[in-house]
Amino acid sequence: RARARPRSGPASPALLLPRWPRGAALAAMAFTFAAFCYMLALLLTAALIFFAIWHIIAFDELKTDYKNPIDQCNTLNPTVEKVKKIKRVKIALKLVLPEYLIHAFFCVMFLCAAEWLTLGLNMPLLAYHIWRYMSRPVMSGPGLYDPTTIMNADILAYCQKEGWCKLAFYLLSFFYYLYGMIYVLVSS
Amino acid sequence: MSDTLDILSFPLFGISPVQNQIQFPFGYGLHLENYSASSGHYPQVPHEAVPSQLNNQYVADYHSACYSIPVQSVMTPSVGPSMLNTQQSQQLYSGAPHPVESAGGPTQGAISSASHLHTSVPQSYSALSSHYSSLTSSSVASQGFPLSSGHYAMPTVSSAVYPNLSYPSMSIGSPYGQVFTSQSLPAVGQFEETNAFPGQSSTVPRTLPHQVPLGYNSTSWSTSDFQSAQDNFSRNHTGSQAKASSQINTGIVLCMQYGGYVNNQASSAPAPLSSSSDDEEEDEEDEEAETNSATSSPAPTPQTSRAPKPFGYGYPTLQPGYQNTTPSTSAMQPSNPGITVLQCSYFFQQYPGVNQLSSTLGGLSLQHSQQPESLRPVNLTQDRNILPVSPVLAPVPNLNSDLRKLNCSPDSFRCTLTNIPQTQALLNKAKLPLGLLLHPFRDLTQLPVITSSTIVRCRSCRTYINPFVAFIDQRRWKCNLCYRVNDVPEEFMYNPLTRSYGEPHKRPEVQNSTVEFIASSDYMLRPPQPAVYLFVLDVSYNAVEAGYLTIVCQSLLENLDKLPGDSRTRIGFITFDSTVQFYNLQEGLSQPQMLIVSDIDDVFLPTPDSLLVNLHESKELIKDLLNALPNMFTNTRETHSALGPALQAAFKLMSPTGGRISVFQSQLPSLGAGLLHSREDPNQRSSTKVVQHLGPATDFYKKLALDCSGQQTAVDLFLLSSQYSDLASLACMSKYSAGCIYYYPSFHHSHNPAQSEKLQKDLKRYLTRKIGFEAVMRIRCTKGLSIHTFHGNLFVRSTDLLSLANVNPDAGFAVQMSIEESLTDTSLVCFQTALLYTSSKGERRIRVHTLCLPVVTSLADVYAGADVQAAVCLLANMAVDRSVSSSLSDARDALVNAVVDSLSAYISTASNLQQSTLIAPNSLKLFPLYILALLKQKAFRTGTSTRLDDRIYAMCQIKSQPLVHLMKMIHPNLYRIDRLTNEGTIHVNDRVVPQPPLQKLSAEKLTREGAFLMDCGSIFYIWIGKSCDNSFIKDVLGYPNYASVPQKLTQLPELDTVSSERARSFISWLRDSRPLSPVLQVIKDESPAKTDFFQHLVEDRTEAAFSYYEFLLHIQQQICK
Repeated sequence: RARARPRSGPASPALLLPRWPRGAALAAMAFTFAAFCYMLALLLTAALIFFAIWHIIAFDELKTDYKNPIDQCNTLNPTVEKVKKIKRVKIALKLVLPEYLIHAFFCVMFLCAAEWLTLGLNMPLLAYHIWRYMSRPVMSGPGLYDPTTIMNADILAYCQKEGWCKLAFYLLSFFYYLYGMIYVLVSS
Repeated sequence: MSDTLDILSFPLFGISPVQNQIQFPFGYGLHLENYSASSGHYPQVPHEAVPSQLNNQYVADYHSACYSIPVQSVMTPSVGPSMLNTQQSQQLYSGAPHPVESAGGPTQGAISSASHLHTSVPQSYSALSSHYSSLTSSSVASQGFPLSSGHYAMPTVSSAVYPNLSYPSMSIGSPYGQVFTSQSLPAVGQFEETNAFPGQSSTVPRTLPHQVPLGYNSTSWSTSDFQSAQDNFSRNHTGSQAKASSQINTGIVLCMQYGGYVNNQASSAPAPLSSSSDDEEEDEEDEEAETNSATSSPAPTPQTSRAPKPFGYGYPTLQPGYQNTTPSTSAMQPSNPGITVLQCSYFFQQYPGVNQLSSTLGGLSLQHSQQPESLRPVNLTQDRNILPVSPVLAPVPNLNSDLRKLNCSPDSFRCTLTNIPQTQALLNKAKLPLGLLLHPFRDLTQLPVITSSTIVRCRSCRTYINPFVAFIDQRRWKCNLCYRVNDVPEEFMYNPLTRSYGEPHKRPEVQNSTVEFIASSDYMLRPPQPAVYLFVLDVSYNAVEAGYLTIVCQSLLENLDKLPGDSRTRIGFITFDSTVQFYNLQEGLSQPQMLIVSDIDDVFLPTPDSLLVNLHESKELIKDLLNALPNMFTNTRETHSALGPALQAAFKLMSPTGGRISVFQSQLPSLGAGLLHSREDPNQRSSTKVVQHLGPATDFYKKLALDCSGQQTAVDLFLLSSQYSDLASLACMSKYSAGCIYYYPSFHHSHNPAQSEKLQKDLKRYLTRKIGFEAVMRIRCTKGLSIHTFHGNLFVRSTDLLSLANVNPDAGFAVQMSIEESLTDTSLVCFQTALLYTSSKGERRIRVHTLCLPVVTSLADVYAGADVQAAVCLLANMAVDRSVSSSLSDARDALVNAVVDSLSAYISTASNLQQSTLIAPNSLKLFPLYILALLKQKAFRTGTSTRLDDRIYAMCQIKSQPLVHLMKMIHPNLYRIDRLTNEGTIHVNDRVVPQPPLQKLSAEKLTREGAFLMDCGSIFYIWIGKSCDNSFIKDVLGYPNYASVPQKLTQLPELDTVSSERARSFISWLRDSRPLSPVLQVIKDESPAKTDFFQHLVEDRTEAAFSYYEFLLHIQQQICK
């Protein structure tokens, strides 16, 4: 245990691979529920990373739209542009809820697997998600972003920052889950 | 040749018109003749003669300094004063050995050559005067234009008075100063030569004939020698004329006049293009503009009559239109002998170098005398009479006078800081908000309208060409926002106004900071929409009982023909209670058909084609309906209101075309989509802690507004209710669709005559005012600045693009700005708003405003340029946002902190001041007062019973009113009107308007013996003291004594007494200054309505709020903390 810990995530599979055949039964060693949770979390986190990138791109596009050198057609083309813009916000909205649900889902999984440390690491984000959704603007449908206030520089900057922070968090947790998965596989 | 002479020379200004008038009669006649002849002469005259010189001059200028606009803006000062300056500066230079090398040199020269200077003044002046005569003469023909405001005269005076004092500081101000120095180089040569023949001036009349050929010789394109010689000559000539003045033969006078006249024609060239707010006139003028640009035919005769108009008053007041004079060179030649040509060329040639310089001097000297004033420390706690007696004017940006004259009017475009800090750090240090207050679609009396096939814009940032761009040479211009160098298109080289080629910098686009373009089809997504109006009327029991229908239908009937639109105008009606009723008004029906849709969960259009009908084709049916409508629902017992479904139906009806939906609602919507519940707890009205429900309860109305906005439809809300109807939710339908909101609390047609009168007047304005459809507005600013937040009724579609389904002349917007990159490489920043809209006549137009402001590096300069009114309005907008997103108490704290922070920042910069006293710079001395007024405003006050809807409405108004109206709302003007005198009266349209001084808003100013008028923007209160002078009551109110004055009096009778006339002319003058005619309410001292009046006395203590003095102490306490 003490030796395994300091090893970094990506390096470990290569180092550990040769040990697999030497272990007892491969099947018995591998698939505990915890390992399954980690594998699932790994896959879902990959999806979340994609969401976060998409989120960042969506807001960046919103912000930098005006830098388009030939935006004449945009000026001329109010309806089309506007519909596009709202749609972009809407897609961002649509991605938000799945993201929250996915994250909440594997938090529950970790809870069931009694992976306290992992759960503890995820709790702040879960709490943030809950808070964020509770304090969303008044709207009848699901969603977070209000197209009328989204262009406010503060909100835009906040959302972008949020996107970057989440991307960083998901990337770190991706490697953590990879490490965790292998660790669980090996240690059992 | 002493100082006395100098002094004497100035009074000459005043005398001169008298001289002129002697010449005037025959001069006038001659000039007319001349003019009529002129059109014939045009083709024959060698056009090149003068323009070529001009070109040379300009080319030289462009190369020597890459900033070109000053060149033409230089020309802006009117002929008279600039003449004066020219001569002064000539002398000024002559004394200096190396005029341009150092800033010190010229100054010395100026001092040493003071005597020359003095001699030259009277000379040039009398020349001037003969020139002026033409002005006077032509003004006779003018059309009685409104006088331009007096402050234009300021720069003139200063430039005349200050030149030698201020020159050394020139390089300090802005790069322009330096640029000017270098630009004046070519001019210097001329001056020196000029001075080589000081004695010649007297002999010139004799030499004149010899010189004439010279004038023609100068047709040869390049020789600067010729040019200078000619200048030299022409100067002398002028001088001679000056001396000889009226003795010179009539021919010369005539020529002068003709020159003046032609100038005039050119200077007023924008005038033929200008459009007033009146649509018809606009069109007429558009045609003129078209003919101008298309055929370049000689000026049509209508212009003749128009032309003089800037002149008549232009000279004394330096009206900007007039200053464009110079461009006209080529136009003036035609019918005149060489003399005039020469003389005029003199005028024009001298400008670029010298006048520029002198005007810069003027600007700078003004700034130097002004800065200490705006920075003068004011001890707030000691200065009890902080409020000036006359209304506060917008501070003038600290630019040189040319740019200042070109700059956008503060009425349409204002910045909270007229000196922009260089970095965000400096802005943060100053603790003042940075932002713009816009009134882009304001009714304008004069607006240049430009028709051209290509609208010149920057290729990278799409900025429209404006007066502040730099012409690098004739073929290229540098964008002032992104600094890209663009080509000048071929078409732009030709100036339709002067019919000259190669003067792109004299086009009206470059001479006016507010212009309107007629856009080509490139600017259309679809064919311009017709004007479409849909009225959605509440006919539930509440509404019928309140009786608004009669007023609405009556107003509509009266104004049906005045609705803005063309032959395609369409109109439709929807009424609703628990069902939705449509009206089939299809042409050919014998009477309107009512179609009832009771399925409000899924509302549909019964006959989609015949509900919105052509106004002209179905006019009779529409009139029938409007006559019948008020009586159709008199017996209704339906109390429910299905507003949501009615709006959905309206949206469906409007979505193919776009247009305007006017919704009249009288209660809380209680059925179908968008139903609302009462959220107000009456016991909480005067709570000091938490005010809840400032935000919407549902997003139904917001979504609907966004859908409408997407289909170019705006929703205007008229809320006429006696009880709570959740304006916070309902207002969303107008807020995001760029509509407007009107609220009439406790409206009743008979019980509340004041409100019904207000509705009537508002409707009249609402129905007849100008309207722009399918509009978008983009705000561009110099690289480095960025837009942070928008305020107003709008939908933000992109970081700098606003979607406005409709735009109306009463809508104001506010923009918060931030400085993203420091502005080190520029000394000027520009803001440009471009409003693209479809006029009611189906024309696509772009209205462009450009504002130019200097950049400063020191904190003191930032404070010197603070515009306290704009800052307060922007803070109010921000506070509304804050109170909705956070809480009201947060917003109030933020407002107080804004004062505390900025004042403490100021005190900490001024280290020599005592820390214990509360000091503010003069520019910010009203800041605490305005903030206190804002805290006591309905929107933000706590502790005083305020109905939630009233509060929300005040907030909506703060967000959507333009600055002038908002300021009156925040801080009303109080006048004492029982003793109006003729002191300081002004004359407006043959009426004498007394100007009583402003009183501070405190009960200590009220006396029982007096009567006071309070101007709150949308309402006038007249408060009458208990022991008010009986003569006032008798003469003005028309009642024998105080006791007999009724409680509800809403009009002043027309009595034939002096005091009545004065009072009425004063009130109607106040009324005329705003679009929505305010309601008058006479309040007796003991009437219950007096609380309405007293709540506006913001300097007094109330049970829940500080008095002004206490507030100051509070601030001081906070600062010391």
